[in-house]
Parts: sequence; C-alpha cells; structure tokens
Amino acid sequence: MSAERAVVSLRGVSKVFEKGGVVALEEIELAIQPGELVSLIGPSGCGKSTLLRVIGDLVQPSAGEARVNGKTAHQARLDRDYGIVFQDAVLYDWRNVGKNISLPLELLGWDRGRRAARVRELLELVELTGFESHHPWQLSGGMQQRVSIARALSFEPPLLLMDEPFGALDEMTRERLNMELLRIWETSGTTIVFVTHSIAEAVFLSTRVAVMSARPGRIAGVVDVDLPQPRTAETREQPRFFELVTAVRDRLRAGEDSAASAEEPSEENLYVAEERL
Amino acid sequence: MSLRVASSRVAGPVAVLLVLGALWESYRWLGERLELRWPFPVNGRTMPHTWDILAQFFEPSRRNGPLLIETLADAALFTAREALAGFLLGAAVGFAIGVVLHHSSVLQRGFLPYIVASQTIPILAIAPMVVVWLGGRGAPGWLSVAVIAAYLTFFPVTINTLRGLGSADPRAIELMRSYAAGGWAILWKLKVPASLPYLFAALRVSATASVVGAIIGELPSSIQDGLGGAIINFNQYYVTSPESLWATNIVAALLGICFFLAVLATERIVVRRAPVHTA
Repeated sequence: MSAERAVVSLRGVSKVFEKGGVVALEEIELAIQPGELVSLIGPSGCGKSTLLRVIGDLVQPSAGEARVNGKTAHQARLDRDYGIVFQDAVLYDWRNVGKNISLPLELLGWDRGRRAARVRELLELVELTGFESHHPWQLSGGMQQRVSIARALSFEPPLLLMDEPFGALDEMTRERLNMELLRIWETSGTTIVFVTHSIAEAVFLSTRVAVMSARPGRIAGVVDVDLPQPRTAETREQPRFFELVTAVRDRLRAGEDSAASAEEPSEENLYVAEERL
Repeated sequence: MSLRVASSRVAGPVAVLLVLGALWESYRWLGERLELRWPFPVNGRTMPHTWDILAQFFEPSRRNGPLLIETLADAALFTAREALAGFLLGAAVGFAIGVVLHHSSVLQRGFLPYIVASQTIPILAIAPMVVVWLGGRGAPGWLSVAVIAAYLTFFPVTINTLRGLGSADPRAIELMRSYAAGGWAILWKLKVPASLPYLFAALRVSATASVVGAIIGELPSSIQDGLGGAIINFNQYYVTSPESLWATNIVAALLGICFFLAVLATERIVVRRAPVHTA
C-alpha cells in the first residue's frame, strides 16, 4: 500500500497527557487508503478517540506525525478535508435542522440559495425531508444523529471521522443507521474512520478493523474484513461474519492479557463478555 | 398566547395584590382598635388607607397644579429615559468586559477582584464624582444619572457573560475547529448564542437595578424632574400628605416591573431553546 496516496497516514504517533503522565497512545502506525471504512475498536481508555482527534488536528501528538491527504493534519483541517461526528449529535439548540446542517457552509461563505439547495439534497440523503424547520429537541436521538451526519457531509469532505456515533442509540436504531451509513458511504465515496465499542458493528461496517489495546494505547492488530459488498441484513448471518467477529475478539483478548499482566485485572475483561452479537 | 392563558397569568399576581391590600387594611383596623404602640403606632400617617393612596393619584400634586398621576407619569417617563440609557450602556459595557475577560485568563485574574470590589462601593459615594466629571463637561444631567445606573447594571452582565461564554459544549468547540473556524466565528456562531440564557438572566436583574440606580442617581445630581426628585419632595411633606410618597413608591415599582417584563418579552423572542432549558 502506498503511503503517498493514503487519505490518513499515521507514523509513530504517540500521545502523553501532561496531567498524570498518562500514555494515551504509543507508536501508532496506520495508513488508510481512499474509499476505505476503517474501524478503531478497543476497550475504554485505549486512546481510540484520542487517535481520531489526532487525525482531525484537535489533539496534538507528543511524537510522530499524522498526515491527511498528503498534508499535515493541521493543514488538512484548515483546508476542511474532514467532517466529524461525535457520540452525541452536538446540534445547536438555537438553530433549526436546516440551519444546523448549513452551519459549515455558512462558515465557507456559501450564499443563501446555494446553502438551501445543498440542505435539501442532504435531508434527502439522510431521509429527513420535511424536518428542515424542526428544532433539535423535537427530534429523536437517531434523527439528531442523522442531522449531525448530514452536517459533517455538507461540504463534501474526502474524509469522515466518526467517534462512536451510534453508541448512545438503541440496538434497533443502531442497526438501521448502520445500513444508512453504508449506503451513504457507497454513494459519496468518502473515506471513513469509525470509532466503536461494538465488535459486531465494526465487522459489519468496515473494510478493515484496527484493534487497539489499552495502557498504553497501541494497535494490537488489524483484521481485514473480506465480507462481500454491499453488506446487507444477511451479512450478519454469514459464517464468515462470525469468524471475523471471533478474530477481532481474540485480538482484543490478546491485547487485554498483555495489558492485564502489566497491571491489575480491570473491568475491561467484563467488557468482552458483555459484548453481544 | 390565548386570552384564557393571558388572563390566568394576570389572575395570580392580581389575587396576591388584593390579599396584601386586605392584610394591610386588617392590620390598620386591628392596630387602631387595640391601640398598638409596637413596633409603631398605627394611624393614618404610618399606614394610610389603600383607597386614600389610590385617591391621591387624582388629587392636584400642589395647589392649582396638575393631578398627582400626571406629575408622577412625567417623572416616571423622565426616570425611565435615564434608566433605559443606563441599562443599555451598562449591558453593552458589561458584555464587552465579559468578552474581553473570557479571552484572557491573565486579564480575568487581574481585573475580576476590582470588578467585584466596584459593587461594594455604595452608589451614593460614586454619584457625586460622576456628576462633577460629566457635568463639568457640559453633559446633560440625565446622562450623569444614566452612567450611575450603568454602574449598577454592568456587573451582573459581566459575570454572567463570562459564565455563559464558558458554557459552550467543548465538543461544539471541536466541531467549530474542525470547520477551521476562527476565534471570531466561534464567538459569534457558538459562544454568544450559547451564553444567551445566562445573559438574559443577568439582564433581568439589571433591568430593575437600572431603575433603582436612576432613582438614586437623581438625588446627588439635584435633578428634580424624575422619580428620585419626587421622592425627595414628597418626603418633606410626609407628615401632611403621606399618601403622595406611597403613590410615588407604587409608580417606581411599576416602572421596575415594566423594565423587567420588557427584558422577559425580548428573551422570549430571541432565545430559541429546548423547553426544559427555559425554566
């Protein structure tokens, strides 16, 4: 894989938080090619959200380098090369749905007519046509998250960063939004980096799953997901799906054992046991 | 708002007013029957009848002069102008100070103690200096009073602007940074809208404070045309006509309530927030 073409290229990225000297990330090496959907999965405190923020130039690495589209992460942020979606929708209460979606476009200086046309396209994409003048508190959690995805896609960034975007939603909504995300990914051709807690979600969505271990945060292994595209509801029932889930889980366990031998056993052992399919 | 909702909003305060009036008159009646001496002797001078106070509005304020209600309405308008100018000035200055201090923790640490200290100095000690400084430059008297009112108004606005600007969700700030938004855009598109509930809480306090500030500010400025002048004037005639001072107090209270309601109405229009946040 060529590092030049990579949308995201992480080389020796480490992050030590000054407070308490916690090593959040250590020597992360990862390259993500155009059109990939790569999941970062790992126990709480493995630094997966921090890694996402390093890519987005929202957190500065202590060592190493993050490059996006062949530029420094900083330059990529200034060039608006990525959109970001958080676990909570983070919508502005004082703006209606349409104005929330068009916020980045306002900052880009688009005129009113062009913004309105783009908002209509995006509402259609996330299946929220007719909700343009609703306010955020009038929407369900799933609808709010779709607005937040539409906002991140509004200026057609080549990269989408998602930090446990469906983590706060119920299982049904989550599965439906997984399907929608795949549809959006296929139609937009955007490269996606997706942070999640859920093994099943990571395997179902991704082209590759990067498994992380905690203390210090490292990439314990990368699992290639060779399930056929496009993924459908049946994908979750294929034997290969279960094999890959097991492979990811084994990687997580291996990462945990090495961390657990260094430190006391923690609640992270329970985490894998609780993980449902 | 439907007529029924509106009337039910008004009904509560009106009922309380009637109860308070009834309590006042009951105490007056009992006090006179029992010849109470403590805490004060009850009579027409210490506790004029409510209906006498109301009737006083329609008596001439001085011999062959206009009715008291006309005099007080003119005075209230005069004071309202001072208070409004002071409120706007204080709100603008208070907000600007809040924005500056928000962006510099050095300035915040350095200045905040003195901003707090400014409010411990009684306004009566500040007023003469303001009158001398501004009056000496030929500024109209009401402007000095407005500045004195602003001195009371700015403080809650500064404190709540600081709190409000800091209340923006940290992820919302990350979001703005992800759009490569500069400090100015983050301030106006995110932090200021997020601070509005805090700002309006302060403005509600400041609205009534500016009326008090204007009335007190009139005293050392020897301005006769406002409610402060009326209070001083009727104070001198309290023994012969206590009802006039009570009537003036009612007008001053009404003016404060009007200011408060005006801020409330503006808040309803400006602040778009989830219903749970508006409480």
